[in-house]
Amino acid sequence: MRDESTPRVKTGLAEMLRGGVIMDVIDAEQAKIAEAAGATAVMALERVPSDIRRDGGVARMSDPQMIREIQAAVTIPVMAKARIGHFAEAQILEALEVDYIDESEVLTPADEANHIDKWEFEVPFVCGATNLGEALRRIAEGACMIRSKGEAGTGDVVEAVRHIRSIRGDIKRLAGMDGGELATAAKNHQAPLELVRWVAANGKLPVPLFSAGGIATPADAALMMQLGAESVFVGSGIFKSEDPQTRAERVVMATTHFNDPAKVLEASTGLGRAMDSLEARKLPEDQLLAGRGW
Amino acid sequence: MVAPLVGILALQGGVLEHAAHLRAQGAEVREVRTPAGLEGLDALVLPGGESTTMTLGIAREGLADPLRAFAASGRPLMATCAGLILLDRTHLDVLPIDCERNAFGRQIRSFEGDVAVAGIDGPPHHGVFIRAPKVVAHDDDVEVLATVDDAVVGVRRGSVEGYAFHPELTDDGRIHAAFVARVRA
Repeated sequence: MRDESTPRVKTGLAEMLRGGVIMDVIDAEQAKIAEAAGATAVMALERVPSDIRRDGGVARMSDPQMIREIQAAVTIPVMAKARIGHFAEAQILEALEVDYIDESEVLTPADEANHIDKWEFEVPFVCGATNLGEALRRIAEGACMIRSKGEAGTGDVVEAVRHIRSIRGDIKRLAGMDGGELATAAKNHQAPLELVRWVAANGKLPVPLFSAGGIATPADAALMMQLGAESVFVGSGIFKSEDPQTRAERVVMATTHFNDPAKVLEASTGLGRAMDSLEARKLPEDQLLAGRGW
Repeated sequence: MVAPLVGILALQGGVLEHAAHLRAQGAEVREVRTPAGLEGLDALVLPGGESTTMTLGIAREGLADPLRAFAASGRPLMATCAGLILLDRTHLDVLPIDCERNAFGRQIRSFEGDVAVAGIDGPPHHGVFIRAPKVVAHDDDVEVLATVDDAVVGVRRGSVEGYAFHPELTDDGRIHAAFVARVRA
């Protein structure tokens, strides 16, 4: 008797990706470099966030042919992005048997009112969040992994820090509340009371909490891990740097040894230039990706 | 009675869940990321995760020989999922077995289901198989502990045991209890 695609096995894959680095790749060659550097998974997409920013226009799900080539090139899990609310893109990604679907603010949202009903799918979903309420709304919709959004494609870690601190801080605050206060907190967070109660009792989200958006260096990865992220996503930070292979290896090393400054020092030395960066605070409002989704 | 000290290889993967089960059985837990971390351990767990990532980490940290020496010392060693792959002939070569990775398919084929485990009394264990491997060949001195359909998903030789599934992701503590009992013995 086998039960496939249960919440246990969907969340279980996220749990097995802990302490690792998920890297954005745009073709099979980059995917192989990421795998050889120690990535736990790759995120297949046509353009990394910094290029999406530069090019403008509507950013959509990637060409399935490109995703297939990446699936054929590596044995680690392959994830791919669908637009917020675009369940037809998600259906295509499920038919491709990608290992995780990222309903992502990095792509242009397809629905301004509704996210995808993720319970309808056999393939698990990861979603971004900037705060606890947003994280719990995504979990209520069926997300099995949450990543702090950060501000993708900038190489500026400040928003990722803001979001993980916000989520972790609000989790800690829930722990000190009584039943009546939790009901009010659920209302204020616009999140289901049942999930708010679970988080208060357990001191964590019911699914793994990873971090994304602006991580560009081994030190950035170590910072996010020390702040409570369980893994990191690195988008433009690897393949927009001077020496992607070395940087990829070193971000992996720093993520493993995030609590060992001597190891993070070693990982940070002799890396070559980081990606060209943008200061997130100086971006005009209409270019911020983290505000997409709610 | 002094609590046994059990290490968990913590280069990457499902470390927390093993730690919780081991502590529930009265063991002390240490996360192991370097050869020095193996010193003084009574037992070791190789957790699930990505075997490619762990293999690269083992090479980077110079852990391959120390891990083989640990296994050869006769102290109990338990491996789950990716950890089982690490034990095979093409990785650490701790057990004379060959594993097929992702043997049941991609994530969409991940499943849970009952599996009888030799030496575990009572109802079958509820196995959680995530992009799981299987053992496709093994020498005669390797004892098969569990199968799913015809696939070998649990093996033991001497002090070393490996499972293709994740007992640490369930509430069933019997496999960890038996492991810690062997550590104390």
